[in-house]
Amino acid sequence: MAKITYIQFDGTENVVDVKPGLTVMEGAVKNNIRGIDADCGGACACATCHVFVDEAWTEKTGAKSAMEESMLDFAENVQDNSRLSCQIKVTEELDGLIVRLPESQH
Amino acid sequence: MSDLNAHVVIIGAGHAGGTLAALLRQYGHTGPITLVGDEPIPPYQRPPLSKAWLKGEADADSLALKPLEFYGEENIDFRPNVKAVKLERAARKVKLSDGSELTYDHLVLATGARAIALPIPGADLAGVMFLRTAADAEALKNTVGPGKRLAVVGGGYIGLEVAASGRALGAEVVVLERETRLLARVATEVLSDFFRKMHESHGVAFELGASVVGFEGENGQVTGVKLADGRVIACDAAVVGVGAHPNDELASESGLETARGVVVDLEARTSDPHIFAIGDVSHRPMPIYGRMFRMESVPNALEQAKQAACAIVGRPAPTGEVPWQWSDQYDLKLQIAGYAFDVDEIVVRGDPSTGKFAVFHLKGDQVQSVEAINAPPEFMMGRQLIGNRKAVNKTKLADPSVSMKEVTA
Repeated sequence: MAKITYIQFDGTENVVDVKPGLTVMEGAVKNNIRGIDADCGGACACATCHVFVDEAWTEKTGAKSAMEESMLDFAENVQDNSRLSCQIKVTEELDGLIVRLPESQH
Repeated sequence: MSDLNAHVVIIGAGHAGGTLAALLRQYGHTGPITLVGDEPIPPYQRPPLSKAWLKGEADADSLALKPLEFYGEENIDFRPNVKAVKLERAARKVKLSDGSELTYDHLVLATGARAIALPIPGADLAGVMFLRTAADAEALKNTVGPGKRLAVVGGGYIGLEVAASGRALGAEVVVLERETRLLARVATEVLSDFFRKMHESHGVAFELGASVVGFEGENGQVTGVKLADGRVIACDAAVVGVGAHPNDELASESGLETARGVVVDLEARTSDPHIFAIGDVSHRPMPIYGRMFRMESVPNALEQAKQAACAIVGRPAPTGEVPWQWSDQYDLKLQIAGYAFDVDEIVVRGDPSTGKFAVFHLKGDQVQSVEAINAPPEFMMGRQLIGNRKAVNKTKLADPSVSMKEVTA
């Protein structure tokens, strides 16, 4: 299990255990964490699972695919540490990961 | 007028119904919520059934919208394996197939649509399948494999996704389509040709203009698909993907207004103020296009779940969204925004032979819809253009060297 902290736009923190193999998006949705809509269910088609990866974790979460990069280019409030959480696979190495959620996904 | 303690009964535990139940709690609804579904499992995502799930890249857990515990934790009374059989609007009661009945303050019909069956001989043979539910997908997955011959009846999106997944599983696949091109009802010729070539390059065979008149079988098991010209296409399994029909009988039998589905307004409310209808079963207004229609897509189910949830808890109605949908086949991503109503011109941006292009459908100088193949910028910006109705410069739009940001500037 990997402990992941999801920090809402209003500062509320949710810390949950996520099974390796799931994505960071799935970890949020299955634990009923609000703020990640994931309309397309993880197909990298909608950009509604946008998160900001804590600076300490940007390297460990890996590189963005061209498709993800391209989708993010059109999301709102994009920063250097922006990711689509459906594209980050959870591994034991991500134990402790912190992600912050944007104000709105729509 | 909203009462956070009202009893909300949701009939249909698909993507729309499941999302609505979760949203009601998220929006602070404290009253009882009953979620009635005729399948044995809690709400799940259907789109992966013909894609990642069929190929074995997703499991039952990852399909579920929420884990089963969620319903208990959120005090949502989830009732699987049961159907609503009768609606008594005057008494605000709904009778269920297990003999019980529920009294509601708000009723939400989220009964979805069912696959259309072909009224032809042999359609009831084992091995003639549909793909609508997780159970259908499981049956298909257990049938299709290396060396098996799969016949797909219907060259629409479901049929093509099944064809792609069938090839990924090592099956021989032939697609039989009545029209002379694929996706005839939903896409332009550019796209039809592109998909045919792409599938052919992955080894899918096509019979276009092929009218299926029956299924042949031995010992109750399908062995072939019979065409009007007398030929029989041998197969071990056949998947029929020729469209879906809304499950609106509960509504029509109780006198609610129906058209191509249950007629609703922008709050997803039917002609009875205590009853809503959301998702594939509803016939809804689409202000961008100035008309009503029925959509079959997850984004539509989500949008209407939001509309109904807001109306029930007394929140302001959500902003209207531009409809969209997607399809995955092989390593290709198709994203579609809008619907091609009243189109008088088509602009193709990019070269289809590169596997990355977009087809824009215009009415005058406004974008009505876009089909984007491996082209997220075209999809995302196209979606914005459909929503804001801005006039576009067609010369710039047709020139891929001009960025989409510049086109929409």
